[in-house]
Amino acid sequence: MPRRRRRPKLAVWKFASCDGCQLTLLDCEDELLLMSELFEIAYFLEASSAVVRGPYDLSLVEGSITTAEEVERIHAIRRQSRILVAMGACATAGGIQALRNFVDVEDMKRVVYASPEYVRTLEHSLPASAYVPVDYELPGCPPNKVQVLEFLTAFLQGRRPSIPTHSVCLDCKRQGIVCVMVAEGIPCLGPVTRTGCGALCPRYRRGCYGCFGPMESPNTESLSAWFLIRSGLAPQQLVPLYRSFNAAAPAFVEASQRYADPKSVQKAAESLGTHAFDQREPANGEA
Amino acid sequence: MARHEHQRTIRISALARVEGEGALFIRVRDGQPMDVRLQIYEPPRFFEALLRGRPHTDAPDITARICGICPVAYQMSACNALENLFGITIPQEIRQLRLLLYYAEWIQSHTLHVVMLHAPDFLGVDNVVQMAQTNRDLVQRALQLKKAGNQLLALIGGREIHPVNIRVGGFYSVPRPAELRKLRDPLQRGLETALALARWVAGFPFPDFEPKYEFVALRHPTEYAILDGHVVSSYGVDLPVSRFEELVVEHQVPHSTALHYEIAGRGSYLTGPLARFNLNFSQLSPLAQEVARETGHVPPLQNPFRSIVVRCLEIIHALEQSLALIERYEPPARPWVDYEVRSGIGFGASEAPRGLLYHRYEVGADGSIRDARIVPPTAQNQKRIEDDLRLLAPSVIQLPKDRATRFCEHVIRNYDPCISCATHFLRLDIVDEHS
Repeated sequence: MPRRRRRPKLAVWKFASCDGCQLTLLDCEDELLLMSELFEIAYFLEASSAVVRGPYDLSLVEGSITTAEEVERIHAIRRQSRILVAMGACATAGGIQALRNFVDVEDMKRVVYASPEYVRTLEHSLPASAYVPVDYELPGCPPNKVQVLEFLTAFLQGRRPSIPTHSVCLDCKRQGIVCVMVAEGIPCLGPVTRTGCGALCPRYRRGCYGCFGPMESPNTESLSAWFLIRSGLAPQQLVPLYRSFNAAAPAFVEASQRYADPKSVQKAAESLGTHAFDQREPANGEA
Repeated sequence: MARHEHQRTIRISALARVEGEGALFIRVRDGQPMDVRLQIYEPPRFFEALLRGRPHTDAPDITARICGICPVAYQMSACNALENLFGITIPQEIRQLRLLLYYAEWIQSHTLHVVMLHAPDFLGVDNVVQMAQTNRDLVQRALQLKKAGNQLLALIGGREIHPVNIRVGGFYSVPRPAELRKLRDPLQRGLETALALARWVAGFPFPDFEPKYEFVALRHPTEYAILDGHVVSSYGVDLPVSRFEELVVEHQVPHSTALHYEIAGRGSYLTGPLARFNLNFSQLSPLAQEVARETGHVPPLQNPFRSIVVRCLEIIHALEQSLALIERYEPPARPWVDYEVRSGIGFGASEAPRGLLYHRYEVGADGSIRDARIVPPTAQNQKRIEDDLRLLAPSVIQLPKDRATRFCEHVIRNYDPCISCATHFLRLDIVDEHS
């Protein structure tokens, strides 16, 4: 078959993460071989030993930025990528490891390592967008396979991807799922969490734990009041609810701050303020 | 030869087709391996620290995020540990549903490794896409097998990666029998594929290599252990999970890479499919045992390259068991059992696709986690991988650079290392003082 134009070069990069976002690609069992025909898989170490040098048309980035090396690497990748997409909760919001943003990371080192002095890490776990301009974000822990495929299809067709941004709560109403909070008093982040999972947790009779991160303009204050009154939670119990896989997403930081101790609030404020678009050029990045 | 003229260094800066990020450094002088280091530059994420102060009910969901490939293993080991602490007895129906969920993870994880990550080594290609050019039908069928595992996982767990349905005491909700029965056909077809895969990989060329391993795995009185059991080794160890930390020693060496695990007084050990196979062979399903014998794979099986065959046999086992469990599935009366929180320490382990995964939690009277310890299989295997490479180094060094690199990667991939899992690894910068 004569090729009308060059296949776009796809690269998949990993930072601090669990590999789950990359696995989302490998879990596209029906589409995988077709995908490899439509894209030139130029860099995807989890799947292939073959490496093609940049520049790349599309870079998918998994994981959060947690070390000085990773800061350099994300800059180097940005320079080589026409379109850079942050994929998953770590790359878009810092991930579960961003819980360090609320405490002293030196304390964390001491908990895990007998010789913490050998461990080099940054104080904060931050999304790619804290360091480089990001063209698109695919939320979720893990991201939704259908959304990932929609993004890739839209990219190939040169159109904007159609990825909804409404709340999980709305999905429940559409699917006719009985509200776990109203019916059973179970705390549920559905009203403030962005859709993407198809209201998975309420469908399995548990409260949403916010793995797709905050929706646009979430009313967390109202929801928190519900948790306190309707679900009978103590104020300090609200903190871990908002601080999980998208703990460092600004809307959830703000929501958790109302009930958290002042020390963690100040630390979190630093992480939001100081790192936004740190555009310094790295010395000599790899990639 | 007083001067070191026969020194050679091999450095693989980024290992491919493994889960997570790692590198390898080998230095050989006069045919003797001087230094073999499997470096992990996966940045630390401090899971044990960030669990502190969280409600114990968070442990299954948070520890799942250690690894996107085997989240169920983390959820099950976490539940086991906490249920052990609270004295919860899991009813048989719930336990069987957990088994089914865990088999689903074995099916998808093993198929991923066998077909997409490991088989390309034996065929000398870079990836599964290249492999599909010559074996398209089998690759297509294997992808469908992987998909069948994922469908089962998604039905019981809610989704394939980071399932949402597992909780301390059981599940949040349970599937209807009719939903499970719909998966019989894809799983049955998967079983046929798994048989074909096992026979195919059994014919691969295997390097002659049989180190003397100490195998460590769980053992269960009536099952090929996956969900729980006690800790046994091929050197006669037999301990309850609560004493696992007496068996293994953990160290952090200044000029080496990471926390290594060893058996006190004996050295490195191997956990994972090869260990389970050698220790618990008689408990494999009838069909898995039959194919094992037919292809000439019976204990003692010491060649790590043949772990690819064992993974296929475990897929067959998981499929056969799953089909049987689906056949006799009765939904439990309640998805979970209630329990009372008490303070103390709980221990739990299960057999992740890559080997024994141990969790320990200390919980306070308020139900929050005071302390956590997680020992993932890849961290335990790290020293053993280095020992394999050390044994092979003298012959590796004779190969041209490109082939040496590929061969070393192959040796590492025998262990299906999940570097993301290995929460305790550090990065180390190697200075090659001779180059």
